[in-house]
Amino acid sequence: MTEKPESPQSLIGQRIPKRDAPEKVNGRARYVHDINLPGQLVGKILRTDRVHARIIAIDVSAARALPGVHAVITAADAPDQAIGVTRDNPPLKSDRVRCERDEIAAVAAETEELADAALALIRVEYEDLPVLLDAAVARDSGALLIHDDKPGNIALEFDYEHGDVVQGEAESDVVVEDCFSLHYVTHACMGVSGVIADFDDITGNLTLYSNTQVPFLHKREFAEVLEMDPNRIRIIQPTIGGGFGSKLDIYPFEPICVYLARTAGRPVKLVFSRAEEFVASPTRQPAQVRLRSGCRRDGRLTFRKVDMLLDNGGYTSWGATTPMVMMQTFSSLYRVPHCLYHSAAVYTNNPYAGSFRGYGNLQATFAVEGHMEKLAEAIGMDPLEFRLCNAQEPGEVSGQGMHFRSCGFKECLRTAAERSDYQAQRQQNIERRDEGPIRRGVGMASMLHVGGGAKIYPSDGCGTILKLDDFGHVTILTGASEIGQGSETVLSQLVCEELGLPLSAVTVVNNDTDITPWDVGVHASRTTFIAGNAAIGAARLAKEKILSAAAIVTGYSSEQLELRAGGIVLREDDTTLMMLDRLLRSMHFKDKADLVITNYYYEPPSVHQDSQHKGDVSAAYAWATQVVEVEVDTETGVVRLLKCTAAHDVGRVINRLGIEGQIEGGIVMGQGYALSEDLMIQGGHCQNPGFRDYKLITAPEVPLMDISFVETMDGEGPRGAKGVGEAPAICVAAAVANAIENATGVRINQLPFTPENVYRALRAAAEDSAT
Amino acid sequence: MSLIHEIAFLLNGSPIRVSVPVTMTVLEMLRGPLNMTGTKLGCGEGECGACSVLVDGQSMNSCILLAVECDGREITSIEGLAADPGTAGLRRAFVDAGAVQCGFCTPGMVIQGKYLLDAEAGGDRAAISRGLEGNLCRCTGYQKVIDAIEQAIVSKAGAGDD
Repeated sequence: MTEKPESPQSLIGQRIPKRDAPEKVNGRARYVHDINLPGQLVGKILRTDRVHARIIAIDVSAARALPGVHAVITAADAPDQAIGVTRDNPPLKSDRVRCERDEIAAVAAETEELADAALALIRVEYEDLPVLLDAAVARDSGALLIHDDKPGNIALEFDYEHGDVVQGEAESDVVVEDCFSLHYVTHACMGVSGVIADFDDITGNLTLYSNTQVPFLHKREFAEVLEMDPNRIRIIQPTIGGGFGSKLDIYPFEPICVYLARTAGRPVKLVFSRAEEFVASPTRQPAQVRLRSGCRRDGRLTFRKVDMLLDNGGYTSWGATTPMVMMQTFSSLYRVPHCLYHSAAVYTNNPYAGSFRGYGNLQATFAVEGHMEKLAEAIGMDPLEFRLCNAQEPGEVSGQGMHFRSCGFKECLRTAAERSDYQAQRQQNIERRDEGPIRRGVGMASMLHVGGGAKIYPSDGCGTILKLDDFGHVTILTGASEIGQGSETVLSQLVCEELGLPLSAVTVVNNDTDITPWDVGVHASRTTFIAGNAAIGAARLAKEKILSAAAIVTGYSSEQLELRAGGIVLREDDTTLMMLDRLLRSMHFKDKADLVITNYYYEPPSVHQDSQHKGDVSAAYAWATQVVEVEVDTETGVVRLLKCTAAHDVGRVINRLGIEGQIEGGIVMGQGYALSEDLMIQGGHCQNPGFRDYKLITAPEVPLMDISFVETMDGEGPRGAKGVGEAPAICVAAAVANAIENATGVRINQLPFTPENVYRALRAAAEDSAT
Repeated sequence: MSLIHEIAFLLNGSPIRVSVPVTMTVLEMLRGPLNMTGTKLGCGEGECGACSVLVDGQSMNSCILLAVECDGREITSIEGLAADPGTAGLRRAFVDAGAVQCGFCTPGMVIQGKYLLDAEAGGDRAAISRGLEGNLCRCTGYQKVIDAIEQAIVSKAGAGDD
């Protein structure tokens, strides 16, 4: 690990408590749930109770007549606009419902009780339609079309190819093929979805108090769907109670709340119940994966062929685009000379998926890393050696055109294996498979993910404005959103490091589109990298300006000067020549006043994928290996995660406390995906919309976590750092699958590993081997 | 029987008298008429712990506790802990240990931490994590929440030795 020591005063790599922690600990942080505007009404949505039906009639007359009800709206009262990735989702449905959550009507009333009473008075007449719940069936020709303009019920397809898989298969000594099945889970943010819409009745301007992760993109999308001038929309993000990708798309409740406010002429607040959050917020994209690949006897991979079927649900949100990330894992985690990939997202009457931490990579990694073990087994090679044999190295350009300038993959593999004693444990567990019903297993998985932004939109950049006042205080105005991940703290560290200031000298303003510069949003593990580089850029400009002024005042050249400990320091003998605040005052109040305000926009040197989905889409790539140890009770199917040894190539640690928190939280989120979380959808309906039956991991179930940082000092990263937000959640389920196999000899390719599923799989395997 | 009851109780150390509908929960009372929004609604069915308050020193889910049941009792919410110098060490430990990310579960976690601290459940991590079983967190993976409460217990024990 190439940790480069900074000066003793350096803030980089330290354990810095989060700037927003004190207000949160003291109950003073204000979430959208906590904000109430004068005159505010309660907004509520009437959802359908069918999953596929024609709407014959909606009667809202009784609801409208109820005193205290100020707006009752249906599609007839809203602009004829649709939202979603392919604009297939009208916020209020006029003629047809396609899944459980579908929005029929909405009300704004003086109290919650009145709003509920109004909803109860709305009558809807339906004509049921045949229900399509299986993506494979929905794709068949002859199936009813869920959207009339989408033949074959195909929402989105992706095809990718490099090399020639036919040649690759011919060159293979061993070929294996497997199917993997990935289930529904959901974000389950502790703070439920909510929004407040407030029109200024004099100017007509709209202020939205929104949890969005992409305020600047949403400003544009809101303008389209509301048929408004974007200049009249201001988005303010209150403290956000969890994101994880769930707030990357506009969902119907947001425009609905605006329509209500417009109709009622008063501010409207619309907040979900917890049950509604389970039913009406996005899921992780479920997937069926058929994977065929081969290798030579010496361990080199020869080809990989992938066919994925994604259940798109009733409408198209970001889940349907996750193949763009999935294909990177298939094509480029390992050196694969020939790769062919196809995915189809098919409309059904099930819930629809959005983006969720990892963006498809948990699903792809589950398939690839399970498959790698089977290939290793087929040629009799140790799985660690097999991975090392195929792992990417620094400087390589993958078949998909991703350039791995910094790459600590092999170091991650070795570090995680050594620290967990992987190989010895693995052998020991195999030998002990006959010793009683409780078995131990160890499993490994690795991942590749974007770590330097992801060029999807026209710009993948972020702006920063720095304002230094005459007291030496710095305000950082950044486009980057804080959603609990710690961006305010990291950006403060990076700016203070440049300007030689203590963290107390900085305020971060980051939640108001009228004030902050543009940013493409908090997603793709991009904020530390992109917003960090933008902050450093602005700070360096400020430093230049300050040192030039200091040179005039002190008579030294600016090259001889340095900013340190709140002062102007002479480099050669470390003497403090003057304090920064005094210099700033003199700059401010002299004849030609010069306020120190700088502006810097960072655009990463990445490129968009071409029409073949090739291209270096990120300015840096993150790598990780995790080894998990599990205990499997073969009599009950209960799998306990005992330990996770994680080695992450993070480029460089900026805030050690923050990055540990990201990795620990990610591992436990991955643990939930692997072992306990299961959004059960039957007949298109969610069967478990509550925390009693949707099982999040609790404190006593958390494994021991041994976390190592591989610091590869990325050349483009801010102080060498790369993104890490999504990475820790990606490997866990794949590693657990491999650990269960190590413990029991049975490979289970279907998530989740709940006791029932594991028990059934072990029983089925035992029956198979008996016959 | 009237559907509105007047109740009197101690809220964060001060006596208070308030008329509440019999169906109103403590959480609704705090966040509504009393305008104290530090206590959070996470699920409304006693599963997530975001709404935890102390009732006569016991940690309870205020979303399933009726306000009328608090007549004559003592309620401490996060606002009460925030104003209590005696809990400064615990709150500091949450900040220093990195136990906070999105922060939505945090007030409930701090309340539960205070309860565990007072209950002297013992400073070992297994006991603390069992004590946090009813408080869900989606961000932190709990490790640093356990660290924070452990630190607070250790420093309290240290202070007791002086």
